Amino acid sequence: MAADTLFRRITDYAHRADPYPLYAELREAGVVRQEDGSYLVGTYHEIAALLHDPRISSDRRNRAVPDETAAGEQGVPPSFIGLDDPEHHRLRRLAMRSFGPPHTPGRIDAMEGEITRIVKDLIAGFEGKKRIDIVDDFAYPLPVTVICRLLGVPTEDEPRFRLWSDTIVAGFDPTPGEDPAERQRAGSEARKAMGLYLGELAEKRRNRPSDDMLSAFINNEGPDGRLTQLEIMTTAVLLLIAGHETTVNLITNGILTLLRHPDELDRLRSEPPLMPKAVEELLRYEPPVQMLPQRTPLADIEVLGVTIPKGAPLILMLASGNRDPQRFRDPDRFDPTREDNQHLGFGSGMHSCFGAPLARMETQLALTALIQHLDKPRLVEDPPPYRRSPVLRGPRHLLIEDDRAGA
Amino acid sequence: MRGEPRDGRIVIVGASLAGLRAAEKLRAEGFAGSLTLVGEEPQPPYDRPPLSKQVLLGKVPAENTGLPQRREVDAEWRLGVRATGLDPFGKRVLLADGEEVSFDRLLIATGTRARPWPNPAEAALDGVFTLRTSDDAGRLAERLDAGPRRVLVIGAGFTGSEIASACRERGLEVTVAERGPAPLVGALGGTLGTLATRLQRAHGVDLRCGVTVTALEGNGRLTGAQFSDGTRIDADVAVVALGAVRNTEWLAESGLAAGPRGVTCDAGCRAFDMYGIVTDDIFAAGDVARFPHPLFEYQLLSLEHWGNAVAQAEVAAHNMVNPGPRRRPHLTVPAFWSSQFGLNIKSVGVPTFSDQVVIAQGSLKDARLVAVYGYRGRVTAAVSVNQAKWLEYYQRLIETAAPFPPAPGAADRPESLVPVPSDVPDPKMLSHGPTVALTGHLPDRRLTVVQPAR
Repeated sequence: MAADTLFRRITDYAHRADPYPLYAELREAGVVRQEDGSYLVGTYHEIAALLHDPRISSDRRNRAVPDETAAGEQGVPPSFIGLDDPEHHRLRRLAMRSFGPPHTPGRIDAMEGEITRIVKDLIAGFEGKKRIDIVDDFAYPLPVTVICRLLGVPTEDEPRFRLWSDTIVAGFDPTPGEDPAERQRAGSEARKAMGLYLGELAEKRRNRPSDDMLSAFINNEGPDGRLTQLEIMTTAVLLLIAGHETTVNLITNGILTLLRHPDELDRLRSEPPLMPKAVEELLRYEPPVQMLPQRTPLADIEVLGVTIPKGAPLILMLASGNRDPQRFRDPDRFDPTREDNQHLGFGSGMHSCFGAPLARMETQLALTALIQHLDKPRLVEDPPPYRRSPVLRGPRHLLIEDDRAGA
Repeated sequence: MRGEPRDGRIVIVGASLAGLRAAEKLRAEGFAGSLTLVGEEPQPPYDRPPLSKQVLLGKVPAENTGLPQRREVDAEWRLGVRATGLDPFGKRVLLADGEEVSFDRLLIATGTRARPWPNPAEAALDGVFTLRTSDDAGRLAERLDAGPRRVLVIGAGFTGSEIASACRERGLEVTVAERGPAPLVGALGGTLGTLATRLQRAHGVDLRCGVTVTALEGNGRLTGAQFSDGTRIDADVAVVALGAVRNTEWLAESGLAAGPRGVTCDAGCRAFDMYGIVTDDIFAAGDVARFPHPLFEYQLLSLEHWGNAVAQAEVAAHNMVNPGPRRRPHLTVPAFWSSQFGLNIKSVGVPTFSDQVVIAQGSLKDARLVAVYGYRGRVTAAVSVNQAKWLEYYQRLIETAAPFPPAPGAADRPESLVPVPSDVPDPKMLSHGPTVALTGHLPDRRLTVVQPAR
């Protein structure tokens, strides 16, 4: 089939359960221009180079034809994921001050006990059920609870921001062919509403500091100054969405993959110290973020003999790079003991995943506890039904039956 | 079978980073023979970068910087004993305790030591320190704990600058004396030297450039110092940070191309003898090695970099247990980092191999930038200040000999992009040895004056 329809096919919901053959076709085709003028890159080394190339912008306002998410926004500027330096650098640094080293080195480690408790409570909730939904009963509530504690957001408000979050995620769905303007407008509205909500929560903490990030955002001042009210809103929205739309997929994809590889599941059950490596392999094999659809070259750039013009939409297919045989031996094999596994699951370079250490810890603890608890788990449906988004890809439900599920 | 690549006796002289990583790699590659590590220091291998940072700040005790082992290493460790000689005919390493160790293959990884203050009587004053070993760091940290009135740092290379930074962070008064025109200028050239000058002064360092220390004063205890410009200061601690001396004296009669600039080896880490003939059973890695690099016109490079020690040790180990066609070259692009005065500085390539420099991203004013260095129209190095994540891109430019100045279009790019001279001074102008040294093409300067040892 023609390479210029690859993106249409990759984003087609019919291929959500298994996009990997399409990625192989993409790697074979090299850098391919799509019918709408965007460019796809799916080979590992080229993606890695572009992720470190300062001529590649993450700010959609640099597109030759700006879209609604870039231009509309009614005055809400992008968060740091959609900005370039120096703004990106300043905002990310300010956000990191209250999340990780060097200023807050112990934050993530200190959450281990709490994450373990949440995992235990969720597993206790399986009581009495013979059939459980890994997504709704486990993989979704865990990261949501964690990110809420971390930011300082009441978990009871989850139904409110879940709706906003769904709308925002739908807003940046890059699926071609349908008119995205309405979705994007709704996404912008939801982003604004969520921002106001989080801004208000932060405001309540002004001069009344507590041990959460919203409090730090509004009260702490560093050498780079402090976040403005608007920046607190955009940053908090970014972290809340990133914190609960991605890890859910990593955990769910993890269980799905292990159930499809029962020997590896048994091995991990008897050798828990292998789990950190297994999680890295999951990030390679079934990455929760499949692609980065928002990049734009600031100059004409040549990749594999193709000139990607300045201002053209550039889509980096991380999940395809992760299966590139030029980089990974036997790439379609799930191998939890894989060496030299520098995958693109968290991206790389300037915008590499802000929350990676937290996602790693949550997933390692969650999978370890879950496989210890389950006895002879069986998939009810394979493949399971998937969520709509081709970017944040994962099952919408993952039903399993287990003799011990509710024991 | 002796002589079989994966069997026989391997001796590693030098039990620090390069020695340890080589030992691990040898076992990982299936070396099944006997392995002996000889180390002068009594401690198991430890990490040195924290010694001038976290240890001086009192955040980490000096004895707590042990290097993690990547795997179990079945080896005999002979620690606390110095190698004093090498007999290449009898294939023996002679030890200070009178014993000797025989080898089939040898790895030289003896590294460097701190260059001492040239006047031994002054160097012996209480309060005069160097900083290279964990003992050095422990003693200095203890003295800093006691709250000296003023610390004098002699030499403003990376180590000297990091020491000054730690002292200021502790709130101690610091004078830095540098013979060159600016701190860090020997490694990074004029543009970043100017930035370093500004930062040190902004952090309250009494920085004196273009001067040398002519005398350390004291009677038993250090009381002060005199400078070449006629001034003097009171100081109760002085740290001599004049660079490093390569530990090659023990090889003086070995017939190897070993001298003050290191042990010369080929790209596969095999040592040369003094006639420029490559040996096949003696290898070198780490700070003590001097090796040709194709990116820098095959000049012999001496690097005092953590990453180089690891990479070169791994190549050496691989080549020690693999036959000719399977051997690998040591081709990694040099890289190092430093943290000082709140900044993270990282370098790739060889900044001193340059004639021009341009700020490619960010700005000097914000102390957040990437400086790119060029030599005759190609990119040869890049240095980031609080911007390390871009360096992979610039490393690729170095590896592919991309044109200098770099192609336009980078984000966060300053208005003006005019390259300026890189102002890399002659190393003779500095009070400290540069951590990257291009040392020409001759394997051994003794080539012209061979004298039989008597």
